[in-house]
Formats: sequence, structure tokens, C-alpha cells
Amino acid sequence: MTENINPKKNRFLTNFQDERIILVFLVLLIAFPFVMNLITGTGLNEGVTKFWQGQFIVFFIMAVFAMSYDLLMGYGGILSFGHAASFGGGAYTFALLMKHWAPNFMSNYRIMVGSINITEAIVLIFVFLAVLLISILIGLLFSATSVRLKGAYFAMLTLALGSALYILVKATDFHQWTGADEGLHGVPVPLWLNPTQNRLTIYFISLIFMFVCYMVMKRMVNSPTGRVIIANRENEDRMRMIGYNPVVYRTIAFVSSSIFAGLAGALYSIWNTSASPTMISAVMTINALIMTILGGIGTLIGPILGAAIMQTISQFFYTWFGARWPLVFGILFILIVMFLPYGIVGTWRLKRLDVKNGWKRITGMLSRKE
Amino acid sequence: MTQETILEARNLSKAFGGLVAVDNVNIQIRKETMHAIIGPNGAGKTTLFNLLSGVMPVTQGRVLFKGEDITSLPPHKRAHLGIGRSYQITNIFPNLSVLENIRLAAQAKGKDNFKLFSKADDFQQYIDKSVEVIDTVGLSGREFFLARDLPHGEKRKLELGIMLACDPELLLFDEPTAGMSSEQVPELINIIRKVVQQKSRTAILVEHRMDMVMSISDVITVMNQGRVLAEGSPHEIAKNEQVQIAYLGDLYGELT
Ligand SMILES: Nc1ncnc2c1ncn2[C@@H]1O[C@H](COP(=O)(O)OP(=O)(O)OP(=O)(O)O)[C@@H](O)[C@H]1O
Ligand SMILES: [Mg+2]
Repeated sequence: MTENINPKKNRFLTNFQDERIILVFLVLLIAFPFVMNLITGTGLNEGVTKFWQGQFIVFFIMAVFAMSYDLLMGYGGILSFGHAASFGGGAYTFALLMKHWAPNFMSNYRIMVGSINITEAIVLIFVFLAVLLISILIGLLFSATSVRLKGAYFAMLTLALGSALYILVKATDFHQWTGADEGLHGVPVPLWLNPTQNRLTIYFISLIFMFVCYMVMKRMVNSPTGRVIIANRENEDRMRMIGYNPVVYRTIAFVSSSIFAGLAGALYSIWNTSASPTMISAVMTINALIMTILGGIGTLIGPILGAAIMQTISQFFYTWFGARWPLVFGILFILIVMFLPYGIVGTWRLKRLDVKNGWKRITGMLSRKE
Repeated sequence: MTQETILEARNLSKAFGGLVAVDNVNIQIRKETMHAIIGPNGAGKTTLFNLLSGVMPVTQGRVLFKGEDITSLPPHKRAHLGIGRSYQITNIFPNLSVLENIRLAAQAKGKDNFKLFSKADDFQQYIDKSVEVIDTVGLSGREFFLARDLPHGEKRKLELGIMLACDPELLLFDEPTAGMSSEQVPELINIIRKVVQQKSRTAILVEHRMDMVMSISDVITVMNQGRVLAEGSPHEIAKNEQVQIAYLGDLYGELT
């Protein structure tokens, strides 16, 4: 032993740049509504200033959803096509309880602390606990399927499970509860959380939510448990042979990822004051997948970037290309995957552009004969 | 060397369809010995290791560790009992650093595996342990290399390091020198000898290099076609006619 090993100083193990970048962005994002307000002269809760807050809110929520997917796929090496079940599950749990249970409860009970009515706060806390519980259950459900199945079989089963939930919320049998195809609309949220009247509040809540989720996930992937989850991605056999039970660590990955997704879903439901089948559909999972791949798998900051790009693109591409924008986006996505196989953040970290191989991949793909 | 048995296989069999890879094997490993298992390709040595380490379910028979029946215990529980294993085909965590490969193994038996919100690198005891192991297997200076970037010889050392970091009482080496050039072998043999003797551990060594087997083992078991053909001291095995006919003849003959 000649020198003292300090892994904290090594670039393979931690990435200090991430923290600095994210802090700069946090400051910029906090300032954003006010800067918009100064520049455009429109009030904080009106016009373009309000509109762009809305765009950002969706971005913040989607970023958390994408990060939760990255936690599962990028760090745990678990490819699930049913991840939207957690997001939609959170959204539906929130919407169902707020719509069918909360109003009743609030008209029948009044919980006071001194002269302050805290019924609403209690209800919100309860509903979020329920969201947490459902997310944990969905996480457990999915991890239970991974005990015996591997690879493509497992991926197929997650797709089937996700679809089952999708069909369940669309079932006409429960129309009076779930709204079936149309979903739940006009979910009553407390006035201070109302996205039309108090958009700035939701803006800051979502921003803080994203920031906190990032910090927590970053911490998790560098924790003793997180490192074992990564080991599970790398080599399950060896992990088992050195004394770790893969099932336990996969379950932790599933459940924690599901919690983040579920909370994001609940917040999304507040933002939309609704819950709809799309939120639980495979399309939603694919979106998380695209955002993660775009930004960089296994980077956490990548999915945030991916979510920002998706949000921007869906905004501008629609005005530029009209209804055909997904086609343009599709082509762009393929090019990105070809040229930046590690995503934007992944490529940035490797400091290496893969242009040459990108061309090879494309020509290889085009010239492949059956 | 004591007479106490640490690991025992009783009537152990493993069949893959019609192929009986391990056929009614009885073997006793005595504590603090270096017990070699040799045999031609396909003799069933790796399969036997898979049964002993719990990677595969047995078809028949029992495995006892310190007198306790562990036949149906999963690998991770056997690891906690003190059984370590290295692989014939390098089996590492390719995209993690050398240090992390070994640190993970060092962490496995600790009490910190379920700390979800503390920093792994703050647990200095695992890092110290890893540095010690890295030093032992001769990978100092390579701590922050990605495992997949190591040359083959160093991957084999890492393979051993991962097993050692678990601090097992019984070490199963499956052809530790596989694919290494002859110049690299002596160093590895010394490492193996050192780690086994140092902490009075027990080792089962599967190896094709006869010079190595003859010089470092206390007991040799010869396998052929899934069965135990002979067992004895290196001297006895070298003299055994049956063994010479089945296997040793050409290999050992060259050396003497
Ligand atoms: N998973 C498996 N499925 C089917 N057959 C297997 C499997 N593993 C091993 N075998 C067969 O069992 C026999 C014994 O193989 P094993 O790998 O145990 O031999 P070995 O003694 O380790 O050989 P080597 O010296 O080449 O490593 C071989 O015929 C092999 O083809
Ligand atoms: Mg073998």
C-alpha cells in the first residue's frame, strides 16, 4: 500500500460537474418566471409568462418520470415496458381519491388546530400517502415478475402487466369511478394548488420536486445499496456469488423507481386536474425511454436533459411541421441514437463523438440484406 | 493440516439431459488443505464447482459444509457461510472500476448493504480492505481502470481479488491460470499459495497445469467422465497407472 486511495477524488466514481451544472440551472429556473415577467411585461399569472411556466412544469414532472426510468433501466439494468403503470397509478390514485373521497370527507369532517382548518392539508397528506402506497405495491408487483423471468420474456411480461392496468382504467364497468376512456376530469384540487389560478405555486413545487428527486436519486445510486443495484446490472451471477441476493436488490430498484414515478404521476394529475388512460399507456413508457436514451442512460442528468428536449421539440416541431412532427422527430431520434449511442450526456462525458461509427451504422443498416 | 472435513460431497450427481456430467461423486475436503481436482476437458470439474457453489441444482446427492447440509442453499447464502469461488471464464463487473469490483465484494458481508442514503465511498473500511486485496493480487496502480479495459492476465487477478475480498474460508479456484501465458503463471501461483496459507484457508483448485498442481497441492482428486478416478497425494497420483493411462501420461510425462 503505497498511497492512500481516495475514490472521492476520482472521476470514475463521482462527477462533481453534475452538481455544479444543476445548481446553475436551478438558479436560472427560479429566476425564469420573473425574468420573463420583466422582459415581456406580462404579469406572472398571464400571457406568455404563464404559458411558459406551464411548459416548464410539464418538463419538470416528465424529468422525474424519466429519471425514475433511468434508475430502473440505466442503473438497475432492468428494461420494463410497464413503467407507466407507476406514473399512471400515481395519477389515478390521486385523481380518484380527490374526486370521489376528499369532497365527501371534507363536507363531513372538519379538523381544526386552534382556529385554523387543516382538513384540506390532512386530506392532501393522506392522498399522497395513498399514492406512495400504491406506487410501492406496483413496484412490488413488477419485481415479483422479475424473480423468474429474464430478458425478453421479462420485458414482455412488464408490457402485459402495464397493458392490463391500462385496460382496467379504460374498462366501462368502472365508468362511474374512472371515467373509462375519457378518464377523470375536473379533479378538485385545493385553490392554492390550482394550476390556472396559482400557476407560479405549481411551477415552484414541480421545480423543487425535480431538484429534490434528482438529489435523492443521485444519492441513492452512490449508496452502498445503489452500488449493488448497479452490480446487478453488470453481472448478476457474480453478484450472487459474492453474497448478494439479486431479487432483494431488484425489488429495491423497482420499488424506489416506482415511488418517484408515482409521485410524478400524482403531480401531473394536479397539473392537469385530471387523470387519463394515456398516462398509464405504453406510449408514456416509451416517452420515458426516449427521454432517457436521448439524454444518456445511467446518468440521471441525461433524462432531465432528454425531458427538456422532448418538451421543446414537441412545442416547436408542432408549429414547424404540423401534424407530421412525430415523423420528423422519429428521424431525428434515429440519427441521435446512431451518432450519439450514449446519449447527449453520455457522449459529453466520454468526450468523443461517434460520427464515423454513426455513418457505418447507417450504411450497415441500409445495406443489410435478408 | 488437520483431519477435520470442511466440505463434503456425498453421491453427488448432475445430469444434463442424458449426459451425466457429474456421476456419483464422493469427495471430502479436509480443512487447511490445498485440494486439487484434475481431469481432462469435459471431466465435469466446473460442473462439480457449480454444484458446490450452488449455481446449479443437484440431480442427486448432498453437499455438506462443516457438517451442515447446504444442498439446497442458494449461492449468496453459501457465500455468507464462507464459500468463495472464482471462475474459469472471467466473470467480473466489466463497466466498473477495479476498486469498485473488489469493494462490492468487500461490502457484501458487512452490515451496510441496506443503507440507501449514505455514500458508499464513505465506508472507509471496505475501501481499506479492497486496497489490501488489490495489493495482494498485484493490481496496485490499476484501481481506477475499468475492469473491461484490463489485459487478460490482470482480469484473472481481478477474478481472484473479487473472491478474496469476500474473505472466504473455503476457496474454489476454477483454473485460475486459464488463458495466461507461462510467464504470468508463477506470479499467480505465488498469490494463490500466499492467500491460502496466510489465513489458514482451505482451497479446492481445478487446474490443467500439472507442474503447478504437483507443487502446491496436498491432495489430488482425478476426475474422468464425471467420476472420481483416483485420489491421493501428488506423489501417489503421479505413480498411479490408471491415472497415467486416462490422463496424466502425456501431460506429466512431458514434464519429467
Ligand atoms: N449447462 C450445461 N448444459 C449442458 N451440458 C453441460 C453444461 N455444463 C457443462 N456441460 C457438459 O458437461 C460436461 C462437463 O463439463 P465441465 O465444464 O464440467 O467440464 P470441465 O471438467 O470443467 O472441463 P474443462 O477442463 O474443459 O473446463 C461436458 O460434456 C459439458 O459439455
Ligand atoms: Mg471447467
